[in-house]
Amino acid sequence: MTDQGDASKAQAEQATQPANGEATDQRQDGAKVGLLSVGGFDTDIYGGGDKFAGFSSAIVDEQEEADGDTEVISHIGAASHPSTRMAIPAKALEAAGGEDASDPFAQYRESGGSGLVNTRISDRETDYHARRRNRLLSPDRGDAFSGKTPARSYKDIMINQDLDRQKEELLAAARKKAEAEADAQAQQQGATAAAAATAAKLSAPAAAAAAAPAAKKRRRWDESEATPVMKPSASGWDAETPGRTPGGAGADMETPGKAGGKSRWDQTPVRGDGAAAALGGATPGTAKRRNRWDETPGADSGATPRASRWDDATPKAGGAGGVEATPGVGATPSAKKKSRWDETPMVGGVRATSLIGMTPGGAMTGETPFGAMGMATPTPGAIAAAQAAAAQEPMTPELAQRMRWEREVEERNRPMTDEELDALFPDAGYKILPAPATYVPIRTPSRLLLATPTPMGMTPGFKMAETPAREEYGIAATQSETGLPFIKPEDMQYFGKLMEAVDENELDPDQAKERRILTLLLKIKSGTPPQRKTALRQITDKARDLGAGPLFNQILPLLMSPTLEDQERHLLVKVIDRVLYKLDDLVRPYVHKILVVIEPLLIDEDYYARVEGREIISNLSKAAGLATMIATMRPDIDNLDEYVRNTTARAFAVVASALGVPALLPFLKAVCQSRKSWQARHTGIKIVQQIAILIGCAVLPHLRQMVDIIEHGLTDEQQKVRTITALALSTLAEAAHPYGIESFDGVLRPLWKGIRTHRGKGLAAFLKAIGFIIPLMDANYANYYTREVMVILIREFQSPDEEMKKIVLKVVKQCVATDGVEAQYVREEILPEFFRNFWVRRMALDRRNYKQVVETTVEIANKVGVSDVVTRIVDDLKDENEPYRRMVMETIEQVLQNLGAADVDARLEEQLVDGVLYAFQEQTEADQGAGAAMLAGFGTVVNALGARCKAYLPQITGTIKWRLNNKSAKVRMQAADLIGRVAVVMKACEEDTLMGHLGVVLYEYLGEEYPEVLGSILGALKAIVNVIGMTRMTPPIKDLLPRLTPILKNRHEKVQENAIDLVGRIADRGAEMVSAREWMRICFELLEMLKAPKKAIRRAAVNTFGYIAKAIGPQDVLHTLLNNLKVQERQNRVCTTVAIAIVAETCSPFTVVPALMNEYRVPELNVQNGVLKALSFMFEYIGEMGKDYIYAVCPLLEDALMDRDLVHRQTACTTVKHIALGVAGLGCEDALVHLLNFVWPNIFETSAHVINAVMEAIEGCTVALGPARVFMYVAQGLYHPARRVREVYWKLYNMLYIYGADALTPAYPVIQDDARNRYRRTDLEVFI
Amino acid sequence: MAADRFNFNKSWDHIQAKFVGTGHGDTSKFEWATNQHRDTIASNVGHSDIIDYYSVAQNLSQGRVRYNLMEKMLQPCGPPPPKDDEDEE
Repeated sequence: MTDQGDASKAQAEQATQPANGEATDQRQDGAKVGLLSVGGFDTDIYGGGDKFAGFSSAIVDEQEEADGDTEVISHIGAASHPSTRMAIPAKALEAAGGEDASDPFAQYRESGGSGLVNTRISDRETDYHARRRNRLLSPDRGDAFSGKTPARSYKDIMINQDLDRQKEELLAAARKKAEAEADAQAQQQGATAAAAATAAKLSAPAAAAAAAPAAKKRRRWDESEATPVMKPSASGWDAETPGRTPGGAGADMETPGKAGGKSRWDQTPVRGDGAAAALGGATPGTAKRRNRWDETPGADSGATPRASRWDDATPKAGGAGGVEATPGVGATPSAKKKSRWDETPMVGGVRATSLIGMTPGGAMTGETPFGAMGMATPTPGAIAAAQAAAAQEPMTPELAQRMRWEREVEERNRPMTDEELDALFPDAGYKILPAPATYVPIRTPSRLLLATPTPMGMTPGFKMAETPAREEYGIAATQSETGLPFIKPEDMQYFGKLMEAVDENELDPDQAKERRILTLLLKIKSGTPPQRKTALRQITDKARDLGAGPLFNQILPLLMSPTLEDQERHLLVKVIDRVLYKLDDLVRPYVHKILVVIEPLLIDEDYYARVEGREIISNLSKAAGLATMIATMRPDIDNLDEYVRNTTARAFAVVASALGVPALLPFLKAVCQSRKSWQARHTGIKIVQQIAILIGCAVLPHLRQMVDIIEHGLTDEQQKVRTITALALSTLAEAAHPYGIESFDGVLRPLWKGIRTHRGKGLAAFLKAIGFIIPLMDANYANYYTREVMVILIREFQSPDEEMKKIVLKVVKQCVATDGVEAQYVREEILPEFFRNFWVRRMALDRRNYKQVVETTVEIANKVGVSDVVTRIVDDLKDENEPYRRMVMETIEQVLQNLGAADVDARLEEQLVDGVLYAFQEQTEADQGAGAAMLAGFGTVVNALGARCKAYLPQITGTIKWRLNNKSAKVRMQAADLIGRVAVVMKACEEDTLMGHLGVVLYEYLGEEYPEVLGSILGALKAIVNVIGMTRMTPPIKDLLPRLTPILKNRHEKVQENAIDLVGRIADRGAEMVSAREWMRICFELLEMLKAPKKAIRRAAVNTFGYIAKAIGPQDVLHTLLNNLKVQERQNRVCTTVAIAIVAETCSPFTVVPALMNEYRVPELNVQNGVLKALSFMFEYIGEMGKDYIYAVCPLLEDALMDRDLVHRQTACTTVKHIALGVAGLGCEDALVHLLNFVWPNIFETSAHVINAVMEAIEGCTVALGPARVFMYVAQGLYHPARRVREVYWKLYNMLYIYGADALTPAYPVIQDDARNRYRRTDLEVFI
Repeated sequence: MAADRFNFNKSWDHIQAKFVGTGHGDTSKFEWATNQHRDTIASNVGHSDIIDYYSVAQNLSQGRVRYNLMEKMLQPCGPPPPKDDEDEE
C-alpha cells in the first residue's frame, strides 16, 4: 500500500523536476517566464531544489508482503479498468510542461489503443506490472527428457543465474561506495537544495551519462519526457550482446554498462575507481555470458541461416547513436544505453537519442522480421526521409503510433490559410488587419519536425496543405489483394514480411511455414470473426506440423509488444492455449519463454486475465510435466528481481493445483530450506501461501506437511522471510478454517514469541497469523492464547499505521468471535481501550477503517450483549459529524438486528429513540447510501423495540408527516419508505387510528409528480393495507382502487411495480369491495403491463390476472385475453398466453380449456399458436391435474403436430413435453404413446428451436414411458445405411443412455454370436 | 449443416468423456455390443437381488457370482475384430 504513496510522490516529482530545470535556464537566459513554467522565485527563500530528494521513489520490495490477489490488485491503485478511462489521461494534461518543453502535446500521444477508451495494456500498467518487460524470452531450453543433453541444460542456467547474482552484489557494493563518496562531497559543498541535484550527478559520473537524479534511479520505465537527460541505466538487452558493440570508444565506455547490464532494474552502474577494478576482476567476462546469446542462437541459426535481429539492429543503432550522441552522453552510443522500451523522446535539443535504433518489442527470439529494421536515425531529416521513402518503412510500434497521432493532430489544428479565409468570408465588408507587433507565433519546433506536410524549417500554418493521402497518415498500402486483414503500423515489424510479394513456390519449407504462421496469426489478431475462427482452427489442427519452435517464436514476441491491446492479448493467449493442447510434450524447450509471457497475467488487475493465465499455466504444466516445470522455474525462484520471484511463486501455485500438491511438496521442502539464499526460502514460503489462496480448503489433506515445510521460516534471520512465513500461515489457517488446528501446534510458540520481539510490518504479519489461527482452536486454548496476544493488541490500538490498525481490528474481531473468550474478559479488558481508540470521528472518514470498526464492534456486541456496546455509542448519534453519526447508526442497526432490543433498558431506550430521531432528522441528503443507512437504522431500531415504541409513535409519525411535506423529493421518498418499515410495529402498538390517518395522508399524496416518490408512497400504502386489512383500511378500498387505475399507466418501473403489487393485493384479499366493471378496466391496463421490461412486474401482472379472474369469474377476463391473442406484438401475445394459463390454474382448467380449444378453430396462425402456447403453459402449471385433460386435448395436438407450420409443431412438442412430465406415472401411457407417434417423425428437423422442442418432448415421454419403450423407436435407426439418419438416431440413443443406461439393459436386442465374438448376453437367459 | 454436425461432434466428445457407453454414427457393432455387455454386468452387480437370483440359479455363492461377472468386464465379447475395413474415414 505504501507503493501507492511512492508512486504518487514520484509523479509529483516528475512534474517538479523539469520545471525546476526550466526555471534555472530561463533565469540564465533572462528570457520571459513561460506561462506554465515555474516563475523565477528566489531559491534561497522558497527552496529550489528537489524537495523529494531524500525520498525513495522507487517501488521497493514491500510488494512482497502483498498477500493474495486482492492486495496486489488494490496495490494497482491508480490504474483502473480501461473502460473507465478516456484516451487522454489526466496526467498528460498536468504534465504538459512549459512552452520550451518542446511539445505540449507530447503526452497526448501516449494515449493510443483502438478508440476513445484506451485498451492498450501498457498504458494502464503500474511500474510494477511493467517490470514484466524486463524479463527476457530466454533462448530455447533443451528437453531434458529427450534422451540427449539439451542445448542449455539446467546446470548452465543455474551457473548463469549465480553469476548474475554475484555481479549484482558487486555492483550494489560499488554503488553504495559511490553514493557514500557523493554524499561526502555533497556535504563538503554545503547541503543546499541545489547541491542535491549536483550530488546525484556526481554519483554517477562514471556511467558516462548525465545522471538521473538519485530518486529516479530505479524507474526505468518512466516517461523520459519528464527528465531532460535520459536515464543511464544499462539495458538488459545491451548487456546480452557484449561482443557486438561497435566502435572502439563505444566498446570502451560500454564496460560498466555491460557489467551492470544484468541488473536490469537497478541503479546507475557506477564505475567507481575501486569498484571498477573489482568489476573487471570479478566479472567472469563476456565469454561466459556470450554462451547465452552466441552459442545457443548459433544452434538455432544452424537451422535458420537468417541473421539474428541483434546482428542487424544493434550495430546500426550504435552507429546512429554515435552520430547523434549528445554531449551529455559522452561517447557511448546512446541507443545502447537506453532501453528499447522507453518512451520515444521528442526530437530536439539534448534529448536526441536514437530511439528508432532500438529493436522493438518482444522480438527477442526469432529472426528479425525486417532486414532493415530499426535503421532509421531519429533526426528529423531522417524521419522525413523515411516517410518520403515509403509509408511502409518499418518503425518501432511506439513511433508509428506516435507519428500517426501527430499527423492527425497537425492536420486538425493547422491554422487557416489566407486562401481559406478568403474563400470563407464575403468579399465586401471585411478588412484585413495587420498582425499586432507583439505577436509571436508559438514555437514548438519539434512538433513541426515530425509534421509531414510542412517541409522542415517552414513556419507552420501558412501553407495550404494538400488533402492528405492515406499514406501520409502512415497507413500502409492496402492488403485487399492478398485477402489479409489490415496490418496496423505498429504490427508492421511483425507482419510486414507478408506484404512482400514472393513466389510461394520458391520459398524453402521453413520460410513457407513461417509465412503460414504469420498469416494465421495476423488473421487471428486483426481479422474479422470468421477469419479468426478459421485461422484459429487451422493453427490448432496444424500445430504439430508447424512445430513448436516456429509457432512460439512468432506468438510470444507478439505478446510482448508494447502496443498490445486487451482483445489481442486475449486472442493470442487463446492461441497458446489451443496450441499447447496439441503440442503436448513438444513444448518442453519453450516452457520458460511461455512462462515469461504468461506469468504477468497472474498479477493482472483484470480478473479474467488472471483466470486465463492460470488456465494456460495449468495446461502447460500438464503438457510439459512436473519435472520440466520444476527444472524450468527453479532458477527463477532466487532471482534477484522481486517481480520475477513473485510471479514465479504464483505460477508454481498454479502448477501445484494442476499436478497435485503432494507432487510438489518435496521440492517445496527443499526450496524452503535453501541455505544459499534467503530469496529462495522466501519464494518457497510464498508458493505455499499462494497454493493456499488458490486451492482453499483443499489444502487440508496436506496442511501439516505444508506447515512443517514453512515452520522454520518464523525464526529465519531475514525479516522478510519471517514476515512472509507469518502471512503464509495466516493464509493456510484461513483456508483450513474451521479445521486443522493440530497442524499448527508447532508454530504457536514461535508466533506468540514473535509478537513480543517484532515491531512494525513484521508484527502486523504475526498478528494476522494469530488472528486466523485462534478461531481454529478449542475454547480453552483460544481463551488462553487470546489473553496472551491481547496485551500486544491493546498496545497496538494506538498505532498510527493504517495497515496495523486494520489488522488489529481484524484480529480483535476474530478473537472475540471465538467461543473460549468470555464476555466478562472482553468487557473488562478490551472494551474500554477499544472504544477509546477506535470510536473517534477520524475513523469514520476512511471507508475501509469505518467498515472494519463497525464489523468488529458488532462482533464484540455479539459477545458482550447489546447494552454494553450501545450505551457507549448511543450519545454519539447526536454527534455533530455526520459520517460519524452514520457509523454509529450502522453499528446500532446491525447490533439490534442480530440481537434484538431485549437487553435495552428504559433509559437506553429513550436515548436510543431520541438519538435515532435526531440523526434521522439532521441528515443532509448528500449521498444516497447515507440516506439508506439512516433509513435502515431507524427501521431496525423501531422494529427491534416493537411494542415498546408506543410512547414514541406520535412523535415518529409527526416527523414522518412533516417530512412527507418536505420540498426535497428525496426526503419525501425516505419518509414514505419509513412508513413501509414501521407499519408492522404500528400495528403491534395497536395504533390503528394513527395508521388510518397516515393512510389518508398518503392517499392525498398520490398526485405526487416524482415517480420515485410516488413508488415509495404506493409501497407505504401497501404496507399499511397489509397490516390493517382490507376492511378497516382508510381510505376505503372502493375509493382507493379507482385512484390507482390511472397510476397503472405510469411507465416508471418503481411506480409500476408498487402499483401492481398493491392492486394485486387488493384483488387477492378484497376483490369484492370493488365493482366488476372497475376490475375489467384494470384488466385492460394490466394487458399493457404484460410487456413491461422488468420481469417482476410482468409476473405480478400475470398473478393479478389470476386473482381478478377468481374474483369476477374467468369468462370476462378470458374473453379479453383471447381477443388479445390476435394482436401483432409477440411479447404481448406471450404474456397473454401466460395469463390465460394462470387463469386456468386459479379457476380450474375446465373453465378455460373449452373456450381455448374453441379458439383454435380460428384459422389464424397467431391465434392457433397462442392457444397451443397457452395450453403448454397451462399443462406446465397444472402438473398432474393434466391427466384429466390429456385425452381432451389429444385431437388438437394431433392436428398441431401434423401441421405444415414449424412453430405449430414446435409449440405442440413443448405441450407434449409438459403433459408427459405432468402425467408421468398416472396411467396415461396410451395417450402418450399416441402423441409420441406424432412427435417422432419430427426428429429430422433442422431448425434449432424445433429440434430442441422435439428432443424435449421425446425426453418427456422417456420419463413417462420409460427408456425401454422409447428405445424401441430408437433401435430402428441406429444402423440405418444413411449416415445422416444414423447420426440423429445415435444422438437420441445417447440421450436415452444418459437418462437411464441401467433401465436400457434389458431392452437391448439379442445379437447373434459370430465366428469370432460372443455377443449374446447369456446372463439374462438364466431362469429358475 | 456443416456447423450443426461440427457442434454435434464437439458435444459428443464432451459427452463421451462422461458417459463411455454413448455412441455415434460410426460406432461398430462390436463396440456397441461391448458397451451393452459392460452396462448389463454393471447393472447386475449393482442390484444385489439380481446377484441373489443368479446365485440360486447357478448354485454359486453371491461373491462368486459377483466375481465371475466382474471378470467378464474385460473383453466381454472377446477380442476386437481386426481393424482393416473401417479405416478409410
